[in-house]
Amino acid sequence: MNEIIAKEEIAPDTYRYQIYHPRIAQKRKAGQFVIVRTHDGGERVPLTIVGSDLTAGTVTLIFQAVGHSTRELAQLGVGDRLLDLAGPLGQATHIENYGRACVIGGGYGTAPVLPIAAALGDAGNDLIGIIGARTKELVILEQELGDICSRLEVATDDGSYGHPGFVTDVLQALLDEGEPIAFVLAVGPSPMMRAVANLTKQRAIRTMVSLNPLMVDGTGMCGGCRVEVGGETKFACVDGPEFDGHQVNFDLLMKRQGTYKPEEQEAAAHGPHCRIGLDAAR
Amino acid sequence: MSPKATAIPRQPMREQPPLERIGNFEEVPLGYTEEQARVEAGRCLQCKKPKCIEGCPVAVDIPGFVALVHEGKFAEAARKIKETNVLPAVCGRVCPQETQCEELCVLGKKGESAAIGRLERFAADWERTQGLVERPRTAPPTGRRVAIIGSGPAGLTCAADLARLGHDVTVFEALHEMGGVLVYGIPEFRLPKKILREEIDALRDMGVKLETSAVIGKLATIDELVHEDGFDAVFVGTGAGLPHFMEIPGENLLGVYSANEFLTRANLMRAYSFGEAADTPIARGKRVMVVGGGNVAMDSARTARRLGAEKVVLAYRRSRDEMPARAEEIHHAEEEGIEFHLLTVPVELRGDEMGRVSSAVMQKMELGEPDDSGRRRPVPVEGSEYEEPIDVAIIAIGAGANPLISSTTAGLETNRRGYIVSDPETGATSIPGVYAGGDIVTGSATVIEAMGAGRRAAAAIHQHLMEVRRSTEARAEV
Repeated sequence: MNEIIAKEEIAPDTYRYQIYHPRIAQKRKAGQFVIVRTHDGGERVPLTIVGSDLTAGTVTLIFQAVGHSTRELAQLGVGDRLLDLAGPLGQATHIENYGRACVIGGGYGTAPVLPIAAALGDAGNDLIGIIGARTKELVILEQELGDICSRLEVATDDGSYGHPGFVTDVLQALLDEGEPIAFVLAVGPSPMMRAVANLTKQRAIRTMVSLNPLMVDGTGMCGGCRVEVGGETKFACVDGPEFDGHQVNFDLLMKRQGTYKPEEQEAAAHGPHCRIGLDAAR
Repeated sequence: MSPKATAIPRQPMREQPPLERIGNFEEVPLGYTEEQARVEAGRCLQCKKPKCIEGCPVAVDIPGFVALVHEGKFAEAARKIKETNVLPAVCGRVCPQETQCEELCVLGKKGESAAIGRLERFAADWERTQGLVERPRTAPPTGRRVAIIGSGPAGLTCAADLARLGHDVTVFEALHEMGGVLVYGIPEFRLPKKILREEIDALRDMGVKLETSAVIGKLATIDELVHEDGFDAVFVGTGAGLPHFMEIPGENLLGVYSANEFLTRANLMRAYSFGEAADTPIARGKRVMVVGGGNVAMDSARTARRLGAEKVVLAYRRSRDEMPARAEEIHHAEEEGIEFHLLTVPVELRGDEMGRVSSAVMQKMELGEPDDSGRRRPVPVEGSEYEEPIDVAIIAIGAGANPLISSTTAGLETNRRGYIVSDPETGATSIPGVYAGGDIVTGSATVIEAMGAGRRAAAAIHQHLMEVRRSTEARAEV
């Protein structure tokens, strides 16, 4: 159990692991996540389940080594075991046939989009995909999403690949073209999800976003992952992680994601090991 | 026993001095010496009809083990306790003895009761530190399999009793370490984790299978445990769940924690050694407010103090007499300089431009007519508001039921607050073969009450499994 069966660097510092855990592989649904821990004393890191292989008994995880704990995770290799792997956690995505739906992934937030896109596709939706990244080499899962979507657009901030600009520019253009999009799912950095939600709100297009607040246990016990949705406090781990993008208080989410910046910076400056940045959910 | 026994004063237990201990996370009470234990045990009157046992939810033979301590037979004393209590070193430390066994002690009527909790702790520690712990005898295998969901005090007790009776027991724990609230909730300075791990190791030695990171309700439902994995009975001891917040403005500001989160970071994740042995951070407030008057509030306040807080205010909406915490925890908190703001509640939390909590608006209360709980209801005093500058707030006002099991188990009856309905005598739920006990049934209570529920359920599960076996054997003969 928990053995890394395959490891692949799909973009700089971005890894795809296949991990042996037949029961999670069998039970997981689109939109759910796991919590992993690599070593004694390590953090509990939530990561979205990107897919599973029932024959091999594996689950697929994709993560970017951006913080201390994800860098520890990236140190592992094929044959190593995760110390802990708990899941599948959170609510599965609500799937229905909306007709034409648009799935949007920003950065390594594109990874959580893949299983949801697959489930939406299986339910009969005609999918338009939009992938965004800072630069060409950070674009991930273009092939995989291309296989599911009838149309796939790519945008890079620096214009090195696809449309120059943000995913919202592409979405705006699609809507201006008159694409009859009935549903939008967006996963990525919080500012990106907020921008998408602002755009679709004007046109009253139903929009779901997958939130990545800080988390500890992931089972509802601690309440550290609380987010404000429609003026109510929700726990992302048990009520989410997906919520109505038009109702989410993104300002609060982003502030809370930065809760431990001072501690992280101090530890980075004085601690025995380097720890730059924060590990957010995926 | 000497007729002058009552003239001997209750033996005090050595403790780390307050100013020293607020600088570390090591245990506060240091335990009895052998001599002290024997003297204290000699105070017991060895009543013919011992009242103390009635006060113990697991009915430990108190005069029996105390007599053995008095005779210097310390390991035998520990084994006597273990006949009914699988976690004596834990209970000796965390039970509210003053409202249980010790409250009923005859000595306490005229003077001070026998220090039963301290003696329990002594006997268990002595046996363990001398390396004399014996693997408890288990009955021949019955071939019956029981799943225990949750490895807190209810689950561990139920598991131990069933293993002893020869059943094949697997404990499923959602977190990465066994022990439930004993590991994520109760701080190191009150219950050293090493002691807990050793008591759990004893279960493993009895053949109990322990599975961590197994979130039942998600990884497998109860229905699947029974119908696919072949478990013959299930015990649900998942404990208290979702933390309550006060529902006042500002509760989502940075630096506002549920006690569950604060203590989980500090205890389970060992955030007090962040940057060294642990990777999980915690906010180290200089001015901390804790809201609540129970053991969890005391644990939070004392943890915040050890994390470097210069001032820790504990706000409780009733008076001191109504505080549900153990007397010893209240005493220790006061010694450590925790400031009690009684008859006081925060009505609003205010933040700075970064969204960090910077002050609490506090309101004074007065006690009115008794409410449903029999305690006098706190009523706000108009115009009594004041502002308390803080940089961390910890809300320790209890928890509600976690729906992970109930929402995934068809036919499992719950009450209007979401707790599982079970027979107080047997733990039987609305589903045959499924039992429940501890906080998921009663709401927040004590370790020993959860252990009592685990015991009663184990006895009922055993009876159920044996009846099922007899009826299948009877059918086979026909």
